[in-house]
Amino acid sequence: MMGNTMSLVSAALKEGRVAPTELCQRCLSLIKSTKFLNAYITVAEETALKQAEESEKRYRRGQPLGVLDGIPIAVKDNFNTAGIETTCASNMLKGYISPYNATVVQKLLDQGAVLLGKTNLDEFAMGSGSTDGVFGPVRNPWSYSRQYKEKSVPKSHSEDKDSNWVITGGSSGGSAAAVSSFTCFAALGSDTGGSTRNPAAHCGVVGLKPTYGLISRHGLIPLVNSMDVPGILTRCVDDAAVVLGSLAGHDPKDSTTIQDNFKPFELSNLPDVSKLSIGIPKEYHAPGLSSEILALWSKAADLFKNAGAKVIEVSLPHTRYSIVCYHVLCTAEVASNMARFDGLEYGHRSDMNKSTESMYAATRREGFNDVVRGRILSGNYFMLKQNYENYFIKAQKVRRLIANDFVKVFGSGVDILLTPTTLSDAVPYTEFIKEDNRTRSAQDDILTQAANMAGLPAINVPTALSERGLPVGLQFIGRSFQEKQLLTVAKWFEKQVKFPTIQLEEVKRHDHGVFQHQKSASFL
Amino acid sequence: PYKVVGLEIHAQISSNSKLFSGSQVQFAAPPNSLVSFFDASLPGTLPVLNRRCVEAAVMTGLALNCSINKKSLFDRKHYFYADLPAGYQITQQRVPIAVNGSLSYSLCIDNKMSQMVTKTVRIKQIQLEQDSGKSLHDDTRSQTLVDLNRAGVGLMEVVMEPDMCCGEEAAAAVRELQLILQTLGSSQAVMSEGQLRVDANVSVHHPGEPYGVRTEVKNINSIRFLAKAVDYEIQRQIKELESGRTILNETRAFDSKLGCTVPMRDKEGKQDYRFMPEPNLPPLILYDAKSLPANMNHQQVVNIDWIHERLPDLPSVKRAKLVERYGILPEHSFTLLNEDGLSEFFEDVIKQTQMKPKKVIGWILKDLLSYLKKHSLTVKESPVSSFLLADLLNRLEEKEISSTAAKQVFAELWKGEGKTPLEIVKEKKLQLIQDQKDLEQICQTVMAIKAGNRKVLNKLIGLVQRETQGRSNPVLVKQLLEKKLSE
Repeated sequence: MMGNTMSLVSAALKEGRVAPTELCQRCLSLIKSTKFLNAYITVAEETALKQAEESEKRYRRGQPLGVLDGIPIAVKDNFNTAGIETTCASNMLKGYISPYNATVVQKLLDQGAVLLGKTNLDEFAMGSGSTDGVFGPVRNPWSYSRQYKEKSVPKSHSEDKDSNWVITGGSSGGSAAAVSSFTCFAALGSDTGGSTRNPAAHCGVVGLKPTYGLISRHGLIPLVNSMDVPGILTRCVDDAAVVLGSLAGHDPKDSTTIQDNFKPFELSNLPDVSKLSIGIPKEYHAPGLSSEILALWSKAADLFKNAGAKVIEVSLPHTRYSIVCYHVLCTAEVASNMARFDGLEYGHRSDMNKSTESMYAATRREGFNDVVRGRILSGNYFMLKQNYENYFIKAQKVRRLIANDFVKVFGSGVDILLTPTTLSDAVPYTEFIKEDNRTRSAQDDILTQAANMAGLPAINVPTALSERGLPVGLQFIGRSFQEKQLLTVAKWFEKQVKFPTIQLEEVKRHDHGVFQHQKSASFL
Repeated sequence: PYKVVGLEIHAQISSNSKLFSGSQVQFAAPPNSLVSFFDASLPGTLPVLNRRCVEAAVMTGLALNCSINKKSLFDRKHYFYADLPAGYQITQQRVPIAVNGSLSYSLCIDNKMSQMVTKTVRIKQIQLEQDSGKSLHDDTRSQTLVDLNRAGVGLMEVVMEPDMCCGEEAAAAVRELQLILQTLGSSQAVMSEGQLRVDANVSVHHPGEPYGVRTEVKNINSIRFLAKAVDYEIQRQIKELESGRTILNETRAFDSKLGCTVPMRDKEGKQDYRFMPEPNLPPLILYDAKSLPANMNHQQVVNIDWIHERLPDLPSVKRAKLVERYGILPEHSFTLLNEDGLSEFFEDVIKQTQMKPKKVIGWILKDLLSYLKKHSLTVKESPVSSFLLADLLNRLEEKEISSTAAKQVFAELWKGEGKTPLEIVKEKKLQLIQDQKDLEQICQTVMAIKAGNRKVLNKLIGLVQRETQGRSNPVLVKQLLEKKLSE
C-alpha cells in the first residue's frame, strides 16, 4: 500500500479498502521508524490525524473532495503553515508559528490532503545537499536500500555501517527523502536553481519545476523572487500531474502569477512521442559529467529515436555563464529578502540591547548561518551604487541572453530538451562536506540552473541505478506553460525505463503486503 | 545672491486601504491595529498594487500638467530602521508614474493684497511609494516604541524643481498644491495630521556662478513654518558664506520654538540605498483611449483619458470663474478659495440675496472672515448661516436699516442665539426712521437748538425719554444733550 501511487491509493480510499486514518497512522509510524533519515523537522501528528478523520467522514458520506482527499503529504519547511512551526531550517525562525497558510498549502488542504509535517532543507533553501540546516543533514533513503548495500564494499568490520550514507542533494532534500521512503505520497519543495530536481534525481523520485508564474509563491519564503517556484515531488509522473492540477492558476495575492485560466489535465495512458522533436543541448555535456550518466543520456536519446521522434543536437551557447550570472542575481535578491529579519516583529531576537543597531547586528549574526551571511554580504556588494551597473545590470543582460538561447531553440521546431539532471549519483556525506556550500552549489546547479533563469518548466524522471546502486535521473525541459506536453513525454519515458522500487527494510516491515513491485534494472 | 529653493513633498493618498495591502488607512487608530501580515513584513507575503492609489497619482499628475508614463516601474530602496519592517521601502526610482509638469501659484506684491503676480514652478516628477511606520524614542526607559499603522500607506512624492527663491514662494506653492490635492480628493493634505509633509532644499549662489551646496531642511510642520524655515536657512547660508565659511551638504531640522535650523543627528555618512527592481511587481501599465485593448477587463485597467475627462475644476479655474461670474477682484477669489467652504458660502449668500456680489464680497471677506478668524472657527462652524446673512443683507438692500445698524445686527447674530435679523432689529430698535414727517420734525428741532432755542432741549429730553421708555436719567440726558449740541 505504501509503495502505491497516489491514484491507486485514492481509488483504494474511495472503495473503502483502506481508511484515511489508517493510511495516516501508517505514514506517521513509518516517519518514526525512519527518523534517522532526518527528513522531517516537524511532524504534525495531531492535526494530521484530525484531517484524516475529517477525510474519513467525507468518504463515508460518499463525498470526497477529489483525488487528493485523505492523501498524506509533506511540505518543505520554507512554506508558511498556519499553526505549525515554519523554520526554514534556521535559528532565525526557530519556534516561528506563522498565522497564515501559503496559497499552495491552503489549496492542498482545501482538497482534503493530510499534512503530515514540514520537511528538512538547507538553511533558507541555500545549498545543494540539504546538509546546511540547523537541524542537521538529511540522509538519502537509498543509503539504506538493499540495492546500495549490495554494491558497497565494506571497508572493515568495525566500520560503522552508517558512516557512508549518501546525501539527498538539495535544497529540498527532506521532501525528496520523505517521498522516496514512502512516508508520504507527494511533497512540496521549492526550486530556484534546481532545488527540487536535484534531490529528486538523487533520491529516485519525480521532481517537477513548473513554469514561473504558473503556481503561486504567496507564502513561500523567498530566496530569489524572480526565479523561485514551488516544486512537486512524487513517485510517478501521473501523481505530479494531479498535484499540479490542484495547485496551478492565478492567485490575486501573487502579482507574478499569470491571469490566464489553467485547465488541469490528465495524461494519456498511451503517450505518443513519435511526432516530437527532442533537442540534445551539447553544452550540457558539462565537465565532470560521469561516464555513467553520459551513457544513460545517450541511450535515452536512442529510445526516442527508436520510437520515431526526431532527435537533434542543439546549442544553448550561454549556458556556461549561467552559474556566475545566477550568483550575482541570487545573492542580490537574498541580501534584499533577508533584510526583514531584524528581530523586531518576529523570529529570533538577540539579548543585545545597547541600541537598535547593535540588536540588529547581533540578531542577524546569531540567526543566520555562514552561507546566508555570505550571500548577504556578496549581494550587498553587487548592489552598491558603484557596482550596480557592472554586476547587477550586466547579470540581468546575461540572463536575457540565456533565456533567448531557449527561445531560439524552441522556436526552431524543438519541442522538448533532454539533458542529465546531475553530474553524478549521490556522493557520501563525508565527501560532500569536504568542499564548501558555494563550491558545491556552483558545481551541482550547472545542469538545472538555466531553466530557472528562463522561467521554463523542467522535470527529473528517475531513470536507472548507478554502479553503486544509487538513483540517476534525466531531465526534460519544456516550453513555457506547456506542462502537458512536458509531462506527457516524461510519462512515456518513465514507462520505458521502469525504474526499480527502493527496497527498504523499514518500509517492508510497515507494509502489509500490498506492494507494487516493478521489474528492477531493466534499463541498462 | 541668488536663492534657490526646491521642495520634496510627500502627500498621503486618500484611500480606504494601503498601497500594497488591504489593511485600512485611518488617522489616530490604536497602535498596531491596522497592520496586515504584509505590513509587518511577515516572511512569504507579497505586495499587491492598490488601484485607487494609481488613480490618485494619475489624477494628480494630470492636474499638474505632467506626462503620465504609460509604463512605470517599482524599486526597493534599502535601509535599516525600526519603522521600516522589511528593511526596504517600495518606491519608484527608475521610472516614476508622472514627469515634467508645472504648478502655477500667486503671490501678493505688497501687503495689501491689492496686486497679485503669478509664478510657476516645474514639477520634476510624481512617484508612488510606501509610507513608513512611526517610531517613538523613550529615552527614560531606553526603548523605542514602534507603531506600524502608517507602514505601507500610499504616498505620492511630488518633487518641485529649485525654481523658488524664498519662503513666501515656497509657502504659496505648497498652499496651491494643497488646494489642488483637496479639490481632486487624491489627498486630504492636512499638514497637522501628517498627510502632507514638506522637505526643503535650499542653496545660494552669486549670479553667473554655479549653484551652491544645498542643505535639506526637514521637520517642517506647517506652511507658515515652511516660509520661516526657508528664509532662516537662506539667511544662515548667506551669513556663513560672507564669513568665509562653507556650506555642508547636510540635513537640518527646523526648530519651530527657536525659529532656526539645526543640524540633524549624523546618519553615519552617506547612505547607499542599493536600489534594486522590485521583483514581485510587474511593470505598471496604464492605458489611454487609443492603446486600450478591446477585450480588456475594465476592472484590471486604468485609463488615463477616462480619468482626465472626469477631473473636477482646479482651483485656478474656479477662481477665474468666480471673478468672471461675480465681478470680484482676483485677490478676492484667492481668499475665497483659501478658506475651506468660504466660496460655497459666498455663492449660497448670492443666491439668496438681491445685493450685488461686489458688495456681498465685502461682508464675506471683512465681516464674516474676521469674526471666524478671531474665534478660530471654520466656515462650517460659523454660527451665522448663509441664510441668515442673506436675510440681513436683504434688509440692508431694502433700506430697512443703515449699514452701521447692519454691523450691529451681525454682531448679535454671531452670538448664535437663534434670532433672525428682523427680530434683532425690532429688539434693538435699529430700524431706519424712514418717515419723512418724523425726520423733518427731528431736523427742525436740531436746527432750532443750534440756533439757540433752548426750549427745544426739553422736547429732545422728552423724545429720549420716550425712546428709552422712561428709563433714562433726565439730569444725565440733559447734560449729554447739552454736550452733544455744543459739539
